[in-house]
Amino acid sequence: MDLKFTGDLVGFWNLFVIVVVLVSIIGCAVFLWVQSSATHSPGEVTGHVWDGDLQEYSNPLPNWWRWMFYLTVVFALVYLALYPGLGSNPGVFGWSMRGQYDAEMKVAEATYGPKFNQFLAQDVMTVAANPEAKEMGGRLFQTYCAQCHGGDAGGAPSFPNLKDGDWLWGGTPDRIKETIAAGRTAVMTPKGTKPDMDAEQVRDVVHYVRSLSGLAADSVRVQRGQELYPQACAACHGADGKGMTAAGYPNLTDKVWLYSSREDKMIEIVTKGVQNHMPPYGEFLGPAKVHVLTAYVWGLGGGEKPVAPVAAAPAAAQN
Amino acid sequence: MNKQAAEPHPAVRLVQEEPLYKARVKIHPRTVSGTFTRWRWVLVWFTQLIYYGLPWLPWGERQAFLLDIANRKFYIFGLMLWPQDVFFLAVILILSAYALFLFTAVAGRLWCGYACPQTVYTELFLWIEKLIEGERPARIRLDKAPLDARKFGLRALKYGAWVLLALWTGFTLVGYFTPIKELWVSFWTWSLGPWETFWIFFYALFTYVLAGHLREQVCLYMCPYARFQGVMFDPDTLVITYDPGRGEPRGQRRKGVPPRSVDRGDCVDCGICVQVCPTGIDIRNGLQYECIACGACIDACDTVMDKMDYPRGLIRYTTENALEKGWSRKEMLRHVLRPRIVVYTVILLGIFAALVWAIAHKPDLRVSVMRDRAILAREVDGGAIENIYRLQVMNVTEEARRYAVSVSGIEGIRLDRDGLLEVPAAATQSFTLAVRVPPDTVARGAHTIYFNVRAIGNEEIAVHEKASFLLP
Repeated sequence: MDLKFTGDLVGFWNLFVIVVVLVSIIGCAVFLWVQSSATHSPGEVTGHVWDGDLQEYSNPLPNWWRWMFYLTVVFALVYLALYPGLGSNPGVFGWSMRGQYDAEMKVAEATYGPKFNQFLAQDVMTVAANPEAKEMGGRLFQTYCAQCHGGDAGGAPSFPNLKDGDWLWGGTPDRIKETIAAGRTAVMTPKGTKPDMDAEQVRDVVHYVRSLSGLAADSVRVQRGQELYPQACAACHGADGKGMTAAGYPNLTDKVWLYSSREDKMIEIVTKGVQNHMPPYGEFLGPAKVHVLTAYVWGLGGGEKPVAPVAAAPAAAQN
Repeated sequence: MNKQAAEPHPAVRLVQEEPLYKARVKIHPRTVSGTFTRWRWVLVWFTQLIYYGLPWLPWGERQAFLLDIANRKFYIFGLMLWPQDVFFLAVILILSAYALFLFTAVAGRLWCGYACPQTVYTELFLWIEKLIEGERPARIRLDKAPLDARKFGLRALKYGAWVLLALWTGFTLVGYFTPIKELWVSFWTWSLGPWETFWIFFYALFTYVLAGHLREQVCLYMCPYARFQGVMFDPDTLVITYDPGRGEPRGQRRKGVPPRSVDRGDCVDCGICVQVCPTGIDIRNGLQYECIACGACIDACDTVMDKMDYPRGLIRYTTENALEKGWSRKEMLRHVLRPRIVVYTVILLGIFAALVWAIAHKPDLRVSVMRDRAILAREVDGGAIENIYRLQVMNVTEEARRYAVSVSGIEGIRLDRDGLLEVPAAATQSFTLAVRVPPDTVARGAHTIYFNVRAIGNEEIAVHEKASFLLP
């Protein structure tokens, strides 16, 4: 579309609105002024008849009513000078919906910001022990996290249980904060690192994996699966099956199953692979709320203590 | 400006031409005493004692009557109403409407003449004016007088008194919404909040302008009640009427003359009924929309009739039918009990009884059960199926309570934690509960279950709330 044409069109409608508004308002005032020298016959009927016998007297209006009408005209003109109304003219006050929103957000930040910011100075474990922070974290959780992780944080198929002390991506405060702030993407390629497996081989490997955590498994299949495991799964899930929290590869030897412990489901997962995603909340919530949420989730049960820094060389300590 | 017509043709009827707008003529009602004036003042005392007095009454620790909008609670003595009870407000409004229809159909504009705040405050402001400026003749003289020291002083005193009364009225109004004792302290320590300040002065300004200056202009031009009274009245409604059959032809005569001896009706054309009228009409022209049914003209005329030794009631309460058909008082009153009145009364009593019953049975505990949407059903250790619920427990009473929760509806169903909940006074609290059903007990699908919440220590406060349990 030709920009100049659009500009002219917008300009025309702008002018149209301004003209209509001003003519209407000033027109009312002019009309009123002209009518103030008009006359009528008080006490007489106007002559119109409705419904057979309903008529209307012509009686004078009080003067103060007329002055109030003029007052509304003045008010309207002053209002239009100060606020938007004359086309796209923003008015002297420069009010806008967006501007009002921004102003209110500033006030909200000044009011509520300190409540969250007070915890930024403390480390996650201290915050987790604070009852007020726990309540705030709980409300944040119900608002932002419960839709996937459940109202009791107990999780659902494909959404981890946050109460069980089992961490796919690591349960230290730093790792949890990273998960919340930056989100996570988990990928398992179909059939792991051995895409040429057939259905029977997949089943064998599944039985082996089941045996690692004590689930019912056919011993013959377990044997066959054990041979397939290093090629198909070990690169990510580890030779011992303990997984890798650095990349979110689950521990296959524990009793926690993100999807299902049913054989058919496990076969489906191995065959089709996995694409799981948690959206990032860092930018959306801001560092203070993420900090409070981290503490809450850490404190739900089973949060791991942060890894201690490497101790000074023993030789130096012996002095 | 009058348009001066050219020399009119003789066949043309000369009609008075006037401007479309007229300046308001200030009305100075003459003081009158009598039955109806007494009743008006009784109502003024009654309504204003309640209005100005109610916010000061205590109820334990708090104000007895408080509409705490900020905290979303209305306190009416022992009753605490929550937003969920707004239904009662609708019912009260309906009741008020039916009551209005009823007594207006019976005896006309009783509201206007006796109870309307406009009438009551105008009465009070007029009384102050009379106290300071004197009776009607003195007031008219003062209006016409040039502005000298005396007039300035009197007016200043009057306006000052009006302002004080208006401020007190505005202050009291805000005291219905903010605890009035604290408001009183804030007022004198200049620590009122912005909205409190605004409303006190806004309402004071309105009271001052409407009751002090506008007075009958409100009734004549602003209030819709005057206009739709036409549909509320019927030929059997008691209205204030001048009896032209008795009074016409009107004319002056000397006192002591027997009523039927001169060739005149009972009306001596003293004009006092016009002088006492607060809306400035002549009731002898018949019922007009301006008449607010205050009864001052009745009192005035009766006083004159007494002086003339004539029977009272030249201006009196009567009905259109009674006047037309010449009914006796007894016959007229018999027609008060007509179908319309009976229907209004029955409906009114019925709704009132229902309202009283509903308020008496208002629950002290409200429970909302919300299923966790993310988790339809979950399998836990041992194969049991778990559903998550969020219970919103509203403790409607004014003391903290502990509640015991249990579930029922499926064999073996239970909570996975102790069912003890604690909720502070007049508060709402949410609790997340996990409900478990042992495996293989019932069929798959949705099952109706019940949450039983019971107050510990008060068995009467209990709720049996329905919910749905899903087995995948």
